[in-house]
Amino acid sequence: MGIEIFYFLIFPGLLFSGIMGGFISWVDRKITARVQFRQGPPLLQPLYDFVKLFAKETIIPSNGSITTFILAPLFALFGATISAVFILLPVLGVETGFTAGIIVILYLLNIPAISYIIGALASGNPLAAVGASREMKLILSYELPLILVLISVIIKSGMAIRFSDIVTYQLTHGAFIGSLSGIMGFVTILMCIQAKMGLVPFDMAEGEGEICDGIIIEFSGSILAIFKLTKYIMFLALPAFVSGLFFGGLSLSGINILWSILKVFAVVLLITLIRNTNPRVRIEQAMKFFWLWMNLIAVICVILAVLGI
Amino acid sequence: MGIKENCFKKSLWVFHLSAGSCNNCDIEILDLLTPRYDVERFGMKLVGSIRHADVLLVTGIVTKKTKARVLEVYEQAPKPIIVIAVGTCPCTGGIFTSGYNFAGPLDKVIPVDAYIPGCPPKPEAMLAGIVKLLSQPPKSGNPRTTSEAQP
Repeated sequence: MGIEIFYFLIFPGLLFSGIMGGFISWVDRKITARVQFRQGPPLLQPLYDFVKLFAKETIIPSNGSITTFILAPLFALFGATISAVFILLPVLGVETGFTAGIIVILYLLNIPAISYIIGALASGNPLAAVGASREMKLILSYELPLILVLISVIIKSGMAIRFSDIVTYQLTHGAFIGSLSGIMGFVTILMCIQAKMGLVPFDMAEGEGEICDGIIIEFSGSILAIFKLTKYIMFLALPAFVSGLFFGGLSLSGINILWSILKVFAVVLLITLIRNTNPRVRIEQAMKFFWLWMNLIAVICVILAVLGI
Repeated sequence: MGIKENCFKKSLWVFHLSAGSCNNCDIEILDLLTPRYDVERFGMKLVGSIRHADVLLVTGIVTKKTKARVLEVYEQAPKPIIVIAVGTCPCTGGIFTSGYNFAGPLDKVIPVDAYIPGCPPKPEAMLAGIVKLLSQPPKSGNPRTTSEAQP
C-alpha cells in the first residue's frame, strides 16, 4: 500500500511529473520565444504561474453547477497523474505489481479531456459551451487514428497488449521507429498528441481571441492552477508514452539518462515546432484532417505492420 | 517580501479592456509582445478571459455607455487585481473632457493603481510604469486587495 502511494504521489506520479512537466512546458515556451526571435520567460516561470494562481481568489459562477465545477479539475488532475504513473513506470523499466494494459492507458489519457468538457459545461458560460462542443468533436476526431496506431504497435510487438511488454520487446528487437510503419505511426501519433494537448493547430477548444479561452474561461485561482498542473503533467506523460511506443522506452541508469532526455526532448521539439509554424484550423478542418488523412495513414500503418514492414 | 507577492510580480497576466479608445493605445500595447520589447521575459502575457487576469489595462475614455461595462469587468476579476490606465483618455479625459457622453476619468469609476499618460504612450513608458508600480512597497488598505469595487 505504501509503495503505491509513493508511486502515485512522489516518484513517477504527482511531484516528479509535475516538476518535470513544468520544466518541459518552460522548454516549450522558450523554444517558441526563440523561434520568434524573443528572449523568453525565465526558468522558474511555470512555478511562478502556479503559485500565483493558487494565491488568487477563486470565483465560482453563480449560474453553474458548483460541485461539478470544482470537482472537474480534480478529476482531470487524477486522470493525468495516474496515466503518468502507468506510462512512466513501464517506460522507465521499473518492475512493479502494476500491469497496465495499453487499453487502460488509452482510457486514462482521455479523462482530462472529458473533465475539461464537464467542467466547461458546468460553468454555465455560453463560450465555454462552444469550447466544450469543439473539444468533444476533437476527441471524436483523434481517437480513431490513435487506436489504429496502437493496434499497429500491438501487432508489431507480437500481440503484446501490456505496455511494459511492448517496451521490453523493443529492447530485444530494436525500436519500432526504425521501420516504415513505425515512422507512419509516429507521424500520426504526433498529430494526435497535438490535439490531445490542445496546442496550436488544434487549439480551437480554447481559442484565445475568438472564444476567450473557451473551456477554461470561467476558471480562476486555484482551480485554474490545477488545470495548469494537469497540462504540465500531460506534457511529460504524452512524450514519454510516444518514446515508450516507438523509441524503446527510457532509462535512468548511467549514460542512458542523456539518451532518455534526448528522446523526450525530440518529441517535445517536434510538437513545439508544429505549434509554431501552423495557424489554428477550424474544427471541421481538423475533423477532416483526422478522419481522412490521419486515418488513411494509420490504416496503411496497420496493413504494413501486418505485413511486417 | 513574501513568496506570494514575489510570484505575483513575476507572473502578471494582462487583460486588455478598451473602454472606447481610438485603437492607438491598443496597438502600442500589442507592441509589447513583439520581439523588440518581449514582455514574456518578465512573465507577462495577454490572456483572453478576465477570470485569469492579474492586471486590467484600460484604454480609451470611459463613456456613459461603457462605464457600466468597465465596472462589471472589474467586479468579475479575481482579486488582487492591478488596474492600469493606459493613455491620456482614461487618465484625465484629454480633449474629450467636455464631451457630451464623457463619464469621468477612470479613477472615478474604479480604483486605479497606475497612470500611464501619453497619446499613445510609448511601449517603454508602459514598461517603466509597471516596473515603478511593482517596485514600490505595498500600501496598507490598498484598494486592489479589497474584494469590492468602490464606484
